[in-house]
Amino acid sequence: MTFSPELEARFARMLRNYPPGRQKGALIPMLLYAQDETGAVTPELVQEVANRLSVKPVEVEEVIGFYSMLRRKPMGKYHVQVCTNISCLLTGGEELFEHACRKLGIGNREVTPDGQFSLEEVECMGACSWAPAVEVNYDFHHKMTPEKFDQLIDSLAKRQ
Amino acid sequence: MLFNEPHPLEVKVLTRRFEYPNAEPIGIDRFLATRGYEGFRKALGMTPEQIIDEVKKSNLRGRGGAGFPTGMKWSFVPRQSPKPKYIVVNADESEPGTCKDRIILENDPHRLIEGVLIAARAINASRGWIYIRGEYRYLIAVVDKAIEEAYQHGFLGENIQGSGWTFHLSTHSGAGAYECGEESALLNSLEGLRGNPRLKPPFPATSGAFQCPTVLNNVETYSAVPDIILNGGEWYSNLGTPKNGGTRLFCLSGHVNRPGVYELPMGFNLLRLINEVGGGVRGGRKLKAVIPGGSSCPVLKAEECDLPMDHESLAKIGSMLGSGGVVVMDETTDMVKAMFRIMKFYAHESCGWCIPCREGTAWLKKLLGRLDEGLGVSTDIDLANELARNMLGKTFCALGDAAAMPTISFVEKFRGEFEAKLKSAQAQAPVPGAQPLAVL
Repeated sequence: MTFSPELEARFARMLRNYPPGRQKGALIPMLLYAQDETGAVTPELVQEVANRLSVKPVEVEEVIGFYSMLRRKPMGKYHVQVCTNISCLLTGGEELFEHACRKLGIGNREVTPDGQFSLEEVECMGACSWAPAVEVNYDFHHKMTPEKFDQLIDSLAKRQ
Repeated sequence: MLFNEPHPLEVKVLTRRFEYPNAEPIGIDRFLATRGYEGFRKALGMTPEQIIDEVKKSNLRGRGGAGFPTGMKWSFVPRQSPKPKYIVVNADESEPGTCKDRIILENDPHRLIEGVLIAARAINASRGWIYIRGEYRYLIAVVDKAIEEAYQHGFLGENIQGSGWTFHLSTHSGAGAYECGEESALLNSLEGLRGNPRLKPPFPATSGAFQCPTVLNNVETYSAVPDIILNGGEWYSNLGTPKNGGTRLFCLSGHVNRPGVYELPMGFNLLRLINEVGGGVRGGRKLKAVIPGGSSCPVLKAEECDLPMDHESLAKIGSMLGSGGVVVMDETTDMVKAMFRIMKFYAHESCGWCIPCREGTAWLKKLLGRLDEGLGVSTDIDLANELARNMLGKTFCALGDAAAMPTISFVEKFRGEFEAKLKSAQAQAPVPGAQPLAVL
């Protein structure tokens, strides 16, 4: 497998960040960054990362289920994550998540048929003072309302 | 990007460089122009003992949640050990209600790097990692850029500022796991493993990252160090209360008029924090309860909130200062629902390593869920309490306790609401018997 030149450069830097013989340290960031390009942690990716870090594929497999951001199936082009944890719950996060389900026509961890959007109810993402919060891929959107959410989705849909 | 206007009652130490509403992270030029890296330069002329003494004098305590004295933690590292020594920064901020490390990383990343350098000097470390949660990807870019600037200006790398000392620093991304905010789980994650906690002892000070002596602190803790070295430990200590030095970032969220992150002296009164700094409870409603330091901390009833925010005062009334996440709940809050949501979180985040936590959180989630739906039976309330009490102190890490403690406090302090919900739901639609837990 090959990745973009930027990612290859990042991987090369990453491998130098761990003590000699302990390059396995790069495993989790490597999987997450690779997944951003491939869309999911595929069996090929597992093998590739295992080869690059000189570990057994099973050592890669065992972390995939543990970290909630790693996934075996691709999500939408825009992965919409709505927080409903305590601070967001108190400020309308749950209603916002229900609104998001209706707006996108999908449920938790589902993908729209065109593959553009996916939705996930997530745990606290550190935006409590600016709740309720939504993260689309890696972009934060604070103090969300159903109206602001609709605008956000409509503008993303236009961007395609 | 700053998110809330500063308040006149704030005491700005960690946030002194922030310029509301400036949206750009403070780069190295502005950092250096505002006494940046001066604390580190001073530390270069000090012995490790002198640095650690100054930090001890400051009464700085860990800002991640446990509140362990920082200087003491550093003094546990065997500096004569032939193994390399490491520095790890816990930027895996994920305690519900907490969003403070984020604003430091976002606005003043060099402050963190300077704090790390001073800690590294104190234990003669050769390398460090900043473990940033995966969701904070944009902050990894901000911190990476600051690290690059620090390398260019000779604050990182070989022969730092002509001292002959070499220290390397890099970021490390998490990938979504609350458990990795626990220090030993974080270290496992840093080594490319599942984020399960380790049995302690050995503590990280003797066997931490890659089984080498390690200092591991929270972002906010390291970030306080430059000003401590610059102005003296005593100066910093005097900003707070006797056993709680300095200032701390309080994250105000929930039902308040002006939620935000505010830097206030340790020991600041909680009611004043809500009413004066936070502008009072939203909509002029009455205060019902406050979670004082992130969702793991036992909840306080409104009448318990007239107290100073320091470790001892909160411990005295059976709660904790935790990570500074102050969650305000007004009179309309459904406490059963709130507790159920908190438990859903812990059940999701339990790493599964220890059975009392793995099973306890899963069963509590089911129990609290059916109580919230009004489908439970009256004995469920006591059962939840009993279950939670049986989790306390029976796990490798504090996650089991973190789930049990709020449960006990919610059930005991708001028992009436649990009972009322049961009754009203059953009055509306009489249920012949409890629903089996298995189907929920």
